[in-house]
Amino acid sequence: MSTAAAAPGSNYLTNGSSVSSWLLTKDHKRIALLYLLSVTFFFFIGGIFALLIRLELLTPQGDLLQADTYNKVFTMHGQVMVFFFLIPVVPAVLGNFLVPIMIGAKDLAFPRINLLSWYLYIVAGILMLWTLALGGVDTGWTFYTPLSSQFSRTNVVMAAVAVFINGFSSIFTGLNFIVTIHRMRAPGMTWNRLPLFIWAHYATSVIMVLGTPVIAITLLLVGFERMFHLGIFDPALGGDPLLFQHLFWFYSHPAVYIMILPSMGIVSELIACFSRKRIFGYSAVALSSIGIAVIGFLVWAHHMFVAGISLYAALVFSFLTYFVGVPSAIKVFNWTATMYKGAVTLTTPMIYAIGFLGLFTIGGLTGLFLAALGLDVHVTDTYFVVAHFHYVMVGGVVMAYLGGIHFWWPKITGRMYPEFWGKLSAMIGFVGFNLTFFPQFIVGYLGMPRRYWMYAPEFQVWNVLSTAGATVLAVGYLMPLVYLTWSLRYGPVVGDNPWGAVGLEWMTTSPPPTENFLEPPVVTWEAYDYEHIKEVPVAY
Amino acid sequence: MSIGHVSPIRTYILIWAALMLGTIITVAASMVDFPGPLNAVVALAIATVKATLVVLFFMHVKYISYKVNIIVIVSAVFWLFLLLGMVSIDYVGRAFS
Ligand SMILES: [Cu+2]
Repeated sequence: MSTAAAAPGSNYLTNGSSVSSWLLTKDHKRIALLYLLSVTFFFFIGGIFALLIRLELLTPQGDLLQADTYNKVFTMHGQVMVFFFLIPVVPAVLGNFLVPIMIGAKDLAFPRINLLSWYLYIVAGILMLWTLALGGVDTGWTFYTPLSSQFSRTNVVMAAVAVFINGFSSIFTGLNFIVTIHRMRAPGMTWNRLPLFIWAHYATSVIMVLGTPVIAITLLLVGFERMFHLGIFDPALGGDPLLFQHLFWFYSHPAVYIMILPSMGIVSELIACFSRKRIFGYSAVALSSIGIAVIGFLVWAHHMFVAGISLYAALVFSFLTYFVGVPSAIKVFNWTATMYKGAVTLTTPMIYAIGFLGLFTIGGLTGLFLAALGLDVHVTDTYFVVAHFHYVMVGGVVMAYLGGIHFWWPKITGRMYPEFWGKLSAMIGFVGFNLTFFPQFIVGYLGMPRRYWMYAPEFQVWNVLSTAGATVLAVGYLMPLVYLTWSLRYGPVVGDNPWGAVGLEWMTTSPPPTENFLEPPVVTWEAYDYEHIKEVPVAY
Repeated sequence: MSIGHVSPIRTYILIWAALMLGTIITVAASMVDFPGPLNAVVALAIATVKATLVVLFFMHVKYISYKVNIIVIVSAVFWLFLLLGMVSIDYVGRAFS
């Protein structure tokens, strides 16, 4: 299906400019840009709720929002950010754009299903916005029963349907990646030569395909119980509320890895490129992605230690949770070892990657605190937990995502962003992030519970620091939005390989042609062959 | 790449009829009060038979030949048992706590 493209010098951006050439496109690169716009939109919706939370918590009294409104605000913040930003952000944007190019394919295996996945995301997103317009949901993003199935007076079913539909978008993306990586690699692109970005997306896809159906059906059951009073989770009807938590976290703990694994893939690419070295322990980093995908499914009940599960189950899940730290640690050590004696250059993407390393390490290590059965009792449902998962989700995923966006921006758009503003925003984001979330570790350890609109006055100083940090962080996120948009028109035009990086995506034009490569590539070299690459002129 | 197996319409109708029969039996069985835990056992047994029919015929698992597809199916079923098994650690363990 060679398209009508073929005009010399045309690329995927110039190949058709009508609305339908975008909305009906089967080009994975255009679908990636559709996703880029939509996830950015939802990021700012979720961000508005975050700012409302921080403003309310500026003072110990509940003075800005009503108590019920506050419940809805933190619920909508969580649901929008988790399901409509963090889960799709890296796979559906950068993964969509890069997976076929990095393995030397023309497109994903199922281009129509790829487009369908975006439409499902949009339908789910509109349902979620509609839920918001009707007053939102107050169950927390976790939809815990029996609150969600019996007692909440808000639009739980509609939000659950939105998440259900969005799940299929995720399943289709995962399915597409698995088939593409298995069957469409260029000649010579063996499994041992795959970029680690591809390994990470492969592992993520496996989790998407195996895990997402479970949450989809669980939320459907919540809807059935709510509407038809089927006794599944409500003890009054003969159900078991802990069953909901088991099923919910069977997906939602691995979902953390759906979010973080693709980001780890980005970080591997960035650190190798800006250390000018082959990644240390390539196979260990590749296999640790698979290890995380498998073990990540066996740890979920660490969210339920105080919920009344059996002590024996708690012991098993606590042990396995420590165990899942091992593959993550392997990655962190190998990235560090890659930088050791490398020719490190502190470009914007590299600053984001190093920021990721530090923040993810703190997020991961505090996860081990929470895996300890005794300590967990003290900090469950406090701000310590909130700080922990924001270090992983925001400090980890968002830092890596922004690093990746900067790194591949010249490939995606054909133009370079302003490096000075890039570095500045990366550093502002890092400072703002720590100012926002580090105080939450302290105030959580001191005993401030999450999900309350009022708190004891002695916690105020930490909350003021956190809110101040959030405004700095917001600046760090708004700046790239401005200068990246600016660079679309005014950024200097770049060549095929501005970073002097290895990888098939740098061997085609910037932006790539619709069919990705004018000549089908044949791979004869190992991944990250920086020691042997001949010097390429670099832009920074 | 082969297009895969094409089943005659008759097969689909027969399987659909069998599934409907299964539904009727489920409803009928729910009217009978079996002793002890047998109510759940009977309902789950019928559901398992129906699910097997769907997987084998509607999802064409009966006709596959690629080894990799078999691996996929076996791991998917294994994953289901992983979920059920690990949840059981909690439910069985509570009796001893
Ligand atoms: Cu978890």
